[in-house]
Amino acid sequence: MAYRPRAETLVALGGLALVWQIASYFFPPYLFPPLPAIAQKFFAIFVDAESLANAGATAGRIFAGLAGSFVLGVAMAFAMGRSERGYRYLFPLLNFIQGIPALSWVVIAIIWFKGTEPRIFFIMVSTSVSAFSFQILDAYRSMSKDLFEMTLSFRPSRRDLFRVLILPTIVPGMLTAWKVNLGNAARVVVVAELVGATGGIGYQLLQQQQSFDMAGALAWTLMLVVFVLVVQQAIVRIENWMLAYRPTAERAA
Amino acid sequence: MSAAAPAGAAIEFRDVAKRFVRPERRDESFLAIESLSFEVARGERVAVLGRTGCGKSTMFNLLAGLIEPTSGTVRALGHDPFREFDWFRGRIAVVFQGDRLMPWRSALANVELGIELLGKAEEERRAIALGWLERLGLKGHENDYPHALSGGMRQRVSIARAFAVGPEILLCDEPFSALDELTGQRLREEYLQLVKETGATSVFVTHSISEALQLGERILVFHRPARIALEARIAGGDREDIRRRVLEAMTASGAPAEEEQDAA
Repeated sequence: MAYRPRAETLVALGGLALVWQIASYFFPPYLFPPLPAIAQKFFAIFVDAESLANAGATAGRIFAGLAGSFVLGVAMAFAMGRSERGYRYLFPLLNFIQGIPALSWVVIAIIWFKGTEPRIFFIMVSTSVSAFSFQILDAYRSMSKDLFEMTLSFRPSRRDLFRVLILPTIVPGMLTAWKVNLGNAARVVVVAELVGATGGIGYQLLQQQQSFDMAGALAWTLMLVVFVLVVQQAIVRIENWMLAYRPTAERAA
Repeated sequence: MSAAAPAGAAIEFRDVAKRFVRPERRDESFLAIESLSFEVARGERVAVLGRTGCGKSTMFNLLAGLIEPTSGTVRALGHDPFREFDWFRGRIAVVFQGDRLMPWRSALANVELGIELLGKAEEERRAIALGWLERLGLKGHENDYPHALSGGMRQRVSIARAFAVGPEILLCDEPFSALDELTGQRLREEYLQLVKETGATSVFVTHSISEALQLGERILVFHRPARIALEARIAGGDREDIRRRVLEAMTASGAPAEEEQDAA
């Protein structure tokens, strides 16, 4: 179901804004800048080509990282789902990788890679691949045995079996994985850019921190949050379109 | 190359046994089929009866080529259903106990599934599927998803899906058992009509003696583990006598038949 702002949402966010604005009257701007100053900095991003390029760079890194970890995650999920031996080797490996903090990956990437983009791509893939693998493996394993046998009774080729049964079965899990990992990727990309990049939202946040510009830092943060929300809404719309066959209970609507 | 079945036989089980190893205890196994031998002639309608767990579904899966026998020979149309799996594409179709419709496909797309896997062009398969839906009284429901259809309508779609590929052998695993009596009766009549019209060889697994008497030309009663406990030809026979003999055979195999349970 597509997200629609309700009165409660507006009250909650409006309340936060109000508290912030009141705080701005009692604290210096480098701690609690007034809302108009944050808004001004936020909208300034959209009219400045360089700022937009920075935002675009971060968006590109998020998409590239997610796409890379998605491809690798799907391959590993299938290797685990189709082979018990594959599962026995890959599961502990992915579980181990999942336990490594993002900051450790940043350090490893800086030592291993020279350029900024390979470093960030490596960090993004390393931090998301386990989640993608496990979520898609779960979707693959939830495939109905009854539908599998029914499809097999028509003697499909491997390619047809994938097309008519496996792909439609795992699509909902794939979309959920993208939604979940998008938020995670947005957090990680900022950490990666903070350390090694010369552009992007993380880099901009570092600049604001060095000049004690809280309004600027919040404007860039807001930019990242808006980006995540917009992309998540796009995924929800794709989901609604692709999963339109699903019944909804009247009470749940 | 597999040995051909005797002339006229569409299905042949010759001294078949099937043993399953328990996945959780690999040193333990159980025998689902002991020594099963029977033949079904081309175009014949055979009903298979037996108590729960007597190996009917195992026989069904062997015939569908989904599992391999531990020993013995299974042949359908002169070929091995397991080893020559692809050869049977479009030649064998199955109607399962549940409708097993793909929830993401409309009624029309579900009926098209088997024809689509045969590689027919979109226009041709659409025409065939529409024809079968109309024949089964589902005109106007082509674009409905399974969740919007009643149990009887969903089972009709699954019957249409099986017939749409034009199979030479039709396997049915208690397809009407989950339906109410009236819907089940109507579907049984429609099914029988379609099998007669198409001339397909039909193997119908059921728990109900009445259903077996209605749909079969011959009844096979399975003992547990599966082997033939009784074979009765219906055509020309005294139906009450056959019913009594089937009931006795089923009771002797360890459990009362559905009718007896209902009467108790």
